Amino acid sequence: MARQGEEDNISGGDEVMEEPEEQEDGYTSSTPTSTLTWISWFCSLPGHEYFCEVTEDFIEDDFNLTGLNSMVPFWKEAMEMVLDVEPDEDAAKIPDVSIVESSAEMLYGLVHQRFILGRAGQQAMVDKYESGIFGTCPRVYCVGCNVVPCGRSDMPGIDTVKLFCPNCNDIYVPPSSRFQGVDGAFFGTTFAHLFFQNYRESAPAPFWKPPASGGSSLSPRSSTANRNLPFVNPNPYGGQKRAAGYVYVPRIYGFKVSERAKCGPRMQWLRLRPETAEELDQVDWRGRWIDEDEYEDDEDEQDRQMEDFDPDAGDDDDEEDEEEEEEDDDAGPSQRQHHGQRRSDIPPARAVAHAVRTLPTASRQDGPAAIISLPPATGGKVKLVRQWSARPPELTGAA
Amino acid sequence: MLRRAVEDISTGSDSDYSSTWISWFLSSKGNEYFCEVDEDFILDRFNLTGLNNEVANYAQALDLITDQLDDEVQDELRGSLDVQARLLYGLIHARWIVTARGLAKMVEKYKRGDFGRCPRVLCQSQSLLPVGLIDIPYEKSVKLYCGRCEDLYSPKSSRHGSIDGAYFGTTFPHLLFLVYPTLIPPKTGPPLDGPSSANNNSNANSSEGGSKVRQRRGRGEELLPDATGTESVGEGISTASVALKAERYRPRIYGFQLHETAKLQRWQEATRDRQVGKLEDLEARAS
Repeated sequence: MARQGEEDNISGGDEVMEEPEEQEDGYTSSTPTSTLTWISWFCSLPGHEYFCEVTEDFIEDDFNLTGLNSMVPFWKEAMEMVLDVEPDEDAAKIPDVSIVESSAEMLYGLVHQRFILGRAGQQAMVDKYESGIFGTCPRVYCVGCNVVPCGRSDMPGIDTVKLFCPNCNDIYVPPSSRFQGVDGAFFGTTFAHLFFQNYRESAPAPFWKPPASGGSSLSPRSSTANRNLPFVNPNPYGGQKRAAGYVYVPRIYGFKVSERAKCGPRMQWLRLRPETAEELDQVDWRGRWIDEDEYEDDEDEQDRQMEDFDPDAGDDDDEEDEEEEEEDDDAGPSQRQHHGQRRSDIPPARAVAHAVRTLPTASRQDGPAAIISLPPATGGKVKLVRQWSARPPELTGAA
Repeated sequence: MLRRAVEDISTGSDSDYSSTWISWFLSSKGNEYFCEVDEDFILDRFNLTGLNNEVANYAQALDLITDQLDDEVQDELRGSLDVQARLLYGLIHARWIVTARGLAKMVEKYKRGDFGRCPRVLCQSQSLLPVGLIDIPYEKSVKLYCGRCEDLYSPKSSRHGSIDGAYFGTTFPHLLFLVYPTLIPPKTGPPLDGPSSANNNSNANSSEGGSKVRQRRGRGEELLPDATGTESVGEGISTASVALKAERYRPRIYGFQLHETAKLQRWQEATRDRQVGKLEDLEARAS
């Protein structure tokens, strides 16, 4: 809290504003080597490495401060402190200068949240990003992807700053405890993502093709396939960087742990990427497989795709009660009925109709075991596996 | 690089000698991940099969570990022998921690959080386990496996980041959860390992948090009749659909999800649902 100027004559940080006179006219002509502004002092404190310096004219523009004065106590004094303005004579009203200091920190943080969304702020942050000041993702298979600071809330006092990794789209606790005191709201929820919209060449693409040959699958590696070719994401508004897409596969004595084991892998989806951008389109906006396939759903073929018509589709909650209500649409009505699995055999054309708007109570008149008894509690969620008659040939390869 | 880092550690801490080489090794800084290998395990030559090819000065290194080294040898070989002894101990350690007794010792360390906490925010400081990416020494440093997000992280401290991953092996954490299925972390809620880990929400622990979680996971699955108050993945509990409870971060700009990221996340969740469906299918047929 003591403010260390480079000049020795500035001492006693509690009597703050004893700066030379030239400070009062907004510093534009001051010599930066001889004095240290409050802002650059603040940004140089340990734990404040993630902050960039907000320009003073940004802070001086009242429009940028709209609404903040209700959130910051001792607004005027805090503004004076941040801008290094000589306080008024009647400043003695303030009981304790440390209160103003915390107000100034809050003010600066909230202005910072807004500033880094603008062009100048994004530019300041990209410089820090590229020099690796924010650190790298702790996840091994992100292979040292640089991260950016990120808040979980835009309101102060809720949570401390986190780090967002664009490769795994996840947030992490900063490695050092000195960031435990930095409020996440000073960076905000939007900044990290706006940043990667602006700097798409730093944003990894959502698909990844494993390198075709060589290398131990146990070792983390950035994708080396076609390294000589420039990487292109067909979506011009998407990430333009080649992703680090390897997903960890647990092994016991060299053998993969089967997903059928209780302790088998359950979370690989969280990090998985499709091989091509087109595969992303196989899932509709509600998160269901659009292009269902005629895979023989042999029980252990992992490519059996399932479509999940859940009319009151919450996002990803309470899908566990669907296990008994599954309806599969198989290639032919003569398919085996296996093991108590009820299935209705809807011809493809009608299945499409069902797909478009499936009502929970839609009658299904076809197929031998068509009507399924829905458990009363669920209000009817139905899972279908449906097939298209015309489907791209590359989707086979399962059975 | 690993070799050098190991030497660096060894030079600084020679002063504080404990009674045995192993206890000195375990107490020196940076070796917090290791557990104590029982002496009779080391003395059983069967357990050391093949290690004489991996370690130079194998016999002396073994003597050093077991405190049977002559004093006069010690002076001349001291420096290099220490490195070899560490290598040998590490490789024995990798074999030891996949035995029943070794697993039990590592479980204690796991419950104490000796291996650190998952840096992923939504894992809520889940305790980690060390793992190697390859079983051959001098290839890759040790990584940390989170049983909740089932992913690998690099240790925070460079002291730990320079430990050879072969000293823990690729098998260990997965075997641990295979042997102790009750320790498999829940995908949601506070971690199993008690209030020490939940530093920020320790009040929402045991009874209240546990019962909420239990209620959420409950429907259609039988629960273990134990009354510990914490949710766990026990033998009787299906893990087919646990992934549905996992929380994930959704990037947003001014509250709106991003098109491409949201699309990827939908695809990932559809992939998850497919796996869940398949596993539940399998379970239904099995029962």
